[in-house]
Amino acid sequence: MDSEQAQGAAARDGYRDYRLIGGAGERAKASGLVNADWYKCAVPRPVMKSLMQRGDARAIRDTLLWYASIIASGVLAWLAWQAHSLWAIPAFLLYGTLYCSPADSRWHESGHGTAFKTSWMNKALYQFASFQVFRRPTIWRWSHARHHTDTLVVGRDREIAVPLPTDWLSLALNVFALKHAAGEVPKIVSSAFGNIGDEEKTYVPESEWPKVILEARVTLAIYAAVIGACFVSHSILPLLYIGLPSLYGAWLYLFFGLTQHAGMPENVLDHRKNCRTVMMNPVFRFLYLNMNYHVEHHMFPMVPYYALPRLHEAVKHDMPPPYTSTIAAYAEIIPALVRQTRDPSYHVERPMPAATQA
Amino acid sequence: MTQWIDAAAMDDIEDEDVMRFDHDGRTFAIYRVNDAVYASDGLCTHEHVHLSDGFVMDHVIECPKHNGRFDIRDGRPLCAPVCEKLRTYPAKVEDGRIFIEV
Repeated sequence: MDSEQAQGAAARDGYRDYRLIGGAGERAKASGLVNADWYKCAVPRPVMKSLMQRGDARAIRDTLLWYASIIASGVLAWLAWQAHSLWAIPAFLLYGTLYCSPADSRWHESGHGTAFKTSWMNKALYQFASFQVFRRPTIWRWSHARHHTDTLVVGRDREIAVPLPTDWLSLALNVFALKHAAGEVPKIVSSAFGNIGDEEKTYVPESEWPKVILEARVTLAIYAAVIGACFVSHSILPLLYIGLPSLYGAWLYLFFGLTQHAGMPENVLDHRKNCRTVMMNPVFRFLYLNMNYHVEHHMFPMVPYYALPRLHEAVKHDMPPPYTSTIAAYAEIIPALVRQTRDPSYHVERPMPAATQA
Repeated sequence: MTQWIDAAAMDDIEDEDVMRFDHDGRTFAIYRVNDAVYASDGLCTHEHVHLSDGFVMDHVIECPKHNGRFDIRDGRPLCAPVCEKLRTYPAKVEDGRIFIEV
């Protein structure tokens, strides 16, 4: 696989290979990389059954805590704004960060349907979190299913955060989700007029298209109302609370999200090779809903976030050693991305447990 | 022409769980919920994934790969990314053995 990957990287046609139409997808299919069997650590069925158990209590607590922190920081920002204090800047940065960045992991967990036991709670949180992180709910639900089927398979996975060679301008723009939003806005507007993009049609079934259109219209209506409120109040304040936080509060989810796969090899069929598990502090883990256990999550997506630490204990003997901290992960990621700027064939290689080296 | 096939012993499956049963080149999923048994095709209708590695909650099977869900009583898809119905089969218990009609 590694030699095939090196050849694939050498034969790259730049970013065009990442396109779902006309990209490297057909070559990936011919190489057996599409919808393939991925390596799985052996976990006894009774243990797995216990890890998969769902409950509502933990997710209700975490959701209430999250929204309470958003409201509290929003009140703080409002008080500072009213006092014409410069403290309004950090206060809004805090509000926006809490509004947007944890929405990424909530979008993710509720999209998998694993946050709550009760289905409607997952669906409701999914819609709110999608809005806050500025994603089209149904489109991204299906793109994420593809991400799990063909993780980091070039031409198939549209959620590759850092296509190669490394594009530092795109990364810099996405500190405030500017590249992301620039891609989403025209698509939302287009969907509101009844259009589904050609690439989206490759992974979203036709039966879901009416939902895409309805969601786009509701999203635009909300933003129209917020912008209208700005005009009526002669103030940018409504947009500072709803809309702009999806940009100025995005930095933290980029910071967390890059630890998942950045610098890791593409086109391999082992999540231990292309995902990172990073030990994080309890605050980060709350904001990120334990997605730092990313190898475990990809290997067993039906395990809810609150059981991932237990899953980690159950499989760690068959995993590469986890990164000891976020700093340790970035000590690898940044040099890897720098090197991939001029050498896209380079990637991080994880030490595999001796017993299961493929 | 359908026939009842001896698929497993009741004790082979824990309550609220699923097991794989292969027969005549086909793969099935056998479920046990509150001492009732159910059977369906073994592969998810979304992608080629064995449901026997999934999670049973009440009368719902969740696919282990993408978390799509089906009602095991009639195969109805309950949430994305599954849209297509899962084929189900009659199942019964006789003398501690599970039979499915295929």
